[in-house]
Amino acid sequence: MVYHYYPGCTLKTKAKDLDRYGRKSMEALGITLTELENWQCCGGAFTMAKDEIATKLSSVRALADSRDGVLVTLCSACHNVIKQTNYAMANDAEFAMKANNYSKFDVPYNGETKVMHYLEVLRDVVGFDNLAKAVKNPLKGKKIAAYYGCLLLRPSKALQMDNPENPKILEDFIRAIGAEPVLYPYRNECCGGYMATEDQSVAAKKSGQVMDSAAEMGADMIITACPLCLYNLTKNAPGHQIPVYYFTELLAEALGVKD
Amino acid sequence: MNNNLKEQVLRMSGVNPLKCMRCGKCSATCPSYDEMEYHPHQIVYMVEKGEIEKLMASPSIYKCLSCFACVERCPRDVEPAKLVEAIRLAVIRQQGQNHLKAKDIPDLIEADPDLPQQALVTAFRKYTK
Ligand code: SF4
Ligand code: SF4
Ligand code: SF4
Ligand code: SF4
Repeated sequence: MVYHYYPGCTLKTKAKDLDRYGRKSMEALGITLTELENWQCCGGAFTMAKDEIATKLSSVRALADSRDGVLVTLCSACHNVIKQTNYAMANDAEFAMKANNYSKFDVPYNGETKVMHYLEVLRDVVGFDNLAKAVKNPLKGKKIAAYYGCLLLRPSKALQMDNPENPKILEDFIRAIGAEPVLYPYRNECCGGYMATEDQSVAAKKSGQVMDSAAEMGADMIITACPLCLYNLTKNAPGHQIPVYYFTELLAEALGVKD
Repeated sequence: MNNNLKEQVLRMSGVNPLKCMRCGKCSATCPSYDEMEYHPHQIVYMVEKGEIEKLMASPSIYKCLSCFACVERCPRDVEPAKLVEAIRLAVIRQQGQNHLKAKDIPDLIEADPDLPQQALVTAFRKYTK
């Protein structure tokens, strides 16, 4: 099986750690992520309007180029955009026809590629039991709050990642690396997202709520898969001291491959 | 009431506002509720009544975070966020109506060099045509 990998623009720039630790850890677990050639930025947000074609073509190309395997994403936003685009290619015949007319692939693409978030590869291919066995430095005694935010889970119709209101994939991950998951009410509420560019006070309010909620439940740290969540929680929630990490960094630490 | 605009918004979004039972769950779960002049459940009703121009002129359409909470949690599968998006596109597709302009980007980066690309790319996609 080929694991095509779509890193996305932010993992090449501000979120290099998310990418680097992700690749190293997967390699240590016996899976090579092969970066797609010529991938283009997904745009960060899926445009919901049915008549928007051009904004979805970069995702369509990445999907069509991954037909011989699985397409793995790591950034929550890429995952969201690419899975929603794939869902539209499979379920919206008019959109698929237009995208295909434009793209002129040798064989038309209609949503056949399986898209998996990195966490889904850990759960469904590696298995959390096997991951636990591969852990060299268990993160014993650490109380970790998983932050899903919005883009990892919703809309569940298209993403089919986990139960959107009571997810457990990140908590299972936390257990597998030897730590203790902390549940808190705001784990799947929005951090304010790109509103940081429009009105920073909104992002600050939303991120502050998430941080307060995790702190109240006794978390030592928060983990995320999203560069924008990490940014908002660390920079737009002043006065909150809980550190925020990419989940791949803790994974690399647990596997003993963090340098 | 402008029927053309209403038709356009319904076609773009694929939403049927008549499915809404006005339970208000979308607004109750919306993280931008406090920032909005018209809230998601009101937006659904206003679209049904054809008050598209009023919505096009409202700052509310730039406050949606695309968090998909209302899409996920609506018991009638109305998907209000798709209406917000269609109305915003009806505005920014017009000549000169971009909400975020390319010339604004350097200032945003200067204000905070840590701002991830993802924030800018997403804002550009949402606010600019
Ligand atoms: S989500 Fe971002 S980081 Fe991921 S490629 Fe798309 S825009 Fe870039
Ligand atoms: S939580 Fe924040 S950045 Fe993360 S997915 Fe939601 S809006 Fe986006
Ligand atoms: S949640 Fe759905 S049914 Fe309830 S008010 Fe909102 S759109 Fe209407
Ligand atoms: S998608 Fe937009 S309108 Fe819907 S709940 Fe989120 S912010 Fe509110």
